[in-house]
Amino acid sequence: MINFRAILAIYNFEMARTFRTLGQSIASPVISTALYFVVFGSAIGSRIEDIDGISYGSFIVPGLIMLTVLTQSISNASFGIYFPRFTGTIYEILSAPISFVEILLGYVGAASTKALMVGIIILITSALFVDIQILHPFWMILFLFLTSFTFSLFGFIIGIWADGFEKLQLIPLLIVTPLAFLGGSFYSIKMLPPLWQKISFFNPVVYLISGFRWSFYGKADINVGISLMAISLILFLCITAVAVIFKTGYKLKA
Amino acid sequence: MSHVIEISNLNKTYDNDFKALKDINLSIKSGEIFALLGPNGAGKTTLISTVCGIVNPSSGTIRVNGHNVISDFRKAREIIGLVPQELTTDAFETVWNTVSFSRSLFGKPKNPKYIEEVLKNLSLWDKKDNKLMTLSGGMKRRVMIAKALSHEPMVLFLDEPTAGVDVELRKSMWEMVHKLRESGVTIILTTHYIEEAEEMSDRVGVITNGEIILTEETSTLMKKLGKKELKIDLRSTLEKIPEELLKYNLSLTNENQSLIYFYDTQEENNGVADLINDLNSSGLKCRDLNTRQSSLEEIFVELVNQ
Ligand SMILES: Nc1ncnc2c1ncn2[C@@H]1O[C@H](COP(=O)(O)OP(=O)(O)OP(=O)(O)O)[C@@H](O)[C@H]1O
Ligand SMILES: [Mg+2]
Repeated sequence: MINFRAILAIYNFEMARTFRTLGQSIASPVISTALYFVVFGSAIGSRIEDIDGISYGSFIVPGLIMLTVLTQSISNASFGIYFPRFTGTIYEILSAPISFVEILLGYVGAASTKALMVGIIILITSALFVDIQILHPFWMILFLFLTSFTFSLFGFIIGIWADGFEKLQLIPLLIVTPLAFLGGSFYSIKMLPPLWQKISFFNPVVYLISGFRWSFYGKADINVGISLMAISLILFLCITAVAVIFKTGYKLKA
Repeated sequence: MSHVIEISNLNKTYDNDFKALKDINLSIKSGEIFALLGPNGAGKTTLISTVCGIVNPSSGTIRVNGHNVISDFRKAREIIGLVPQELTTDAFETVWNTVSFSRSLFGKPKNPKYIEEVLKNLSLWDKKDNKLMTLSGGMKRRVMIAKALSHEPMVLFLDEPTAGVDVELRKSMWEMVHKLRESGVTIILTTHYIEEAEEMSDRVGVITNGEIILTEETSTLMKKLGKKELKIDLRSTLEKIPEELLKYNLSLTNENQSLIYFYDTQEENNGVADLINDLNSSGLKCRDLNTRQSSLEEIFVELVNQ
C-alpha cells in the first residue's frame, strides 16, 4: 500500500511554495542567463573562435542549463526538507502514515520538477540570443531528467544531514559550485593542458555537460555512453546513501 | 472497556545517553480522557512522541488499537491526531490549506464539509483564508488542533493544550475536549497543573524523571492530593506542644514559634475549627494564620516516598 495522497500533498505543497516565490524562482535564473549571454556570448564570445564548429554563444548553452539544473536541484531539495526540520513542522510528516520513501518522493519529485522548469526556461531564453540545435531530443530530455533527479536526491541528503543553515550552504559552495564551473560549461576540455585534462576526468560534472552538449550538437569531449554511465553511478551512490539514512532514521527522528 | 493504547516496557535513551523514559507500562482505555501530569523534563513529550512516531523507542512495544507502531505504523498512525507542545506553523499558508494538507498527509480523500465543521467548531471559520502568520498565538494553537482533527482520528494527543492560552479559550478548550470525548475520541493530554487534570480528565498518570509513578482515577487522586497546610504563627515560643493539642498531630517549626497543621480539604470535618477553639482554650495567642495548598513538587515528593 502506498500513500499516494500524501506524496501528492507534499509535492503540491512544495510546488505551491515555488509559485508563491515565482519572482525568485524564475526571474533569477532568467536574469543570470541573460547576463551570461551579454558577457560571454556577445562581449567576449565574439572574440572567441568557434569550438568544434559551434559558435561560442551556442556552445555555452548546454553547459549553462546543466549548471543551473544542477545547483537548483540541490538547493530546492535541501531547502525543502531542511526548512520543516528547522521550523518544527516536520512533526506532522513524521507522525503521518507515510514511509520515508514516500516523503522522499514528494520532496525530490517537487525539487526536480522545479529544476526542470528552470532548465527549460533557460533554454527558451537562450534561444532568444543565439542559434540552438537539438540533434538528439530524447537524449537531451533523458540527461535533464537524470541530472535533476540525481542531484535533487543529493540535495535531500544534504538537507537531512545539515543541522544549520551554514551546513546547508557548505557542500554546494565548497564542492558543487567549483566542480560545476570547472566542468566545461564555458570551454571544451580539449582546450586544457594535458595534465588538467586528466584531472578533469575526476570531475563528474564534466561527464554530464559533455553528454548533454552532445545531445544538442552531436559533439562531445567524452563518449556519450560513458557520460550516461557516470550519471548512473552518481545516482546509484545517492540511492545507496538514502538507503543508509532510511535504515538508521538518521537525524529525522531522535 | 478495551485498551486503545498499550505501552509495555518502553525505554527511551537519547543519543546523548540521557534516559528520558524508564520502563514505562501504560494502558489507555478506549474513550477516556487521560492526563499525563508531571514537571518540566519529566518525559511527557518524549512519551507522546514515541507513540506518534516522532521519536524512535529504544526498547519495548507500543500498540495503538492493536497495531504495533513500528511494524504496522500506517494502521497505527492513521487513527492518531497530535497537537504538539510547540507552536509550529507554515507562516505563509492559509488556515484552509494547512488543514486540508494535514488531511491529505493521512491519505484521506478531500472532505470540505468536514473541514468546514472542524473550523467552525474551533471558531476559525472566518479566518479560513488568512495566512497563519496573521493569526494570534491562541488562534494558531486552534489551527494546530484543527490540523490534528482533520483526518478524523480516534485518538487525540494534546501536549499542553492550554499553555499560553487565555482563561476564556482555556474554558472553551475544556469544553471541546469533553465534546470530542462524547463523539468517541480517546484523549491523552499533558499538563503541569493539577487543577487542569482535575477539570479535564477521567484518569491521571503522574510521570517524573521518566517514570510513571502512579496512575489513578482523577477523583481518587484528588482525595489524596487535596491536602492543605495551616501555619499558625504564635506570639511566644513554645517548648513543646501542649498536652491538649497532641491529638491534632501538629508539628513545631520556625524556631518553635509556629505550628503546622495538615488537613484534608475534601473532608467534611477537617478539624480546623476544633483546632482553633482548642488553641484558644489552651491559652496560646496567635499572631497570624496562613493556609497553603501543597505544591505539585511536594506532591511528587510525597508520591515518590510512598
Ligand atoms: N532530542 C533530545 N535529545 C536529548 N535529550 C532530550 C531530547 N529531547 C528531550 N530530551 C530530554 O528528555 C527529558 C524529557 O523531555 P520531555 O520534553 O519529554 O519533557 P516534558 O515532560 O515534555 O517537559 P515539559 O513539561 O517541559 O514539556 C528532558 O530532560 C530533555 O532534556
Ligand atoms: Mg513537553
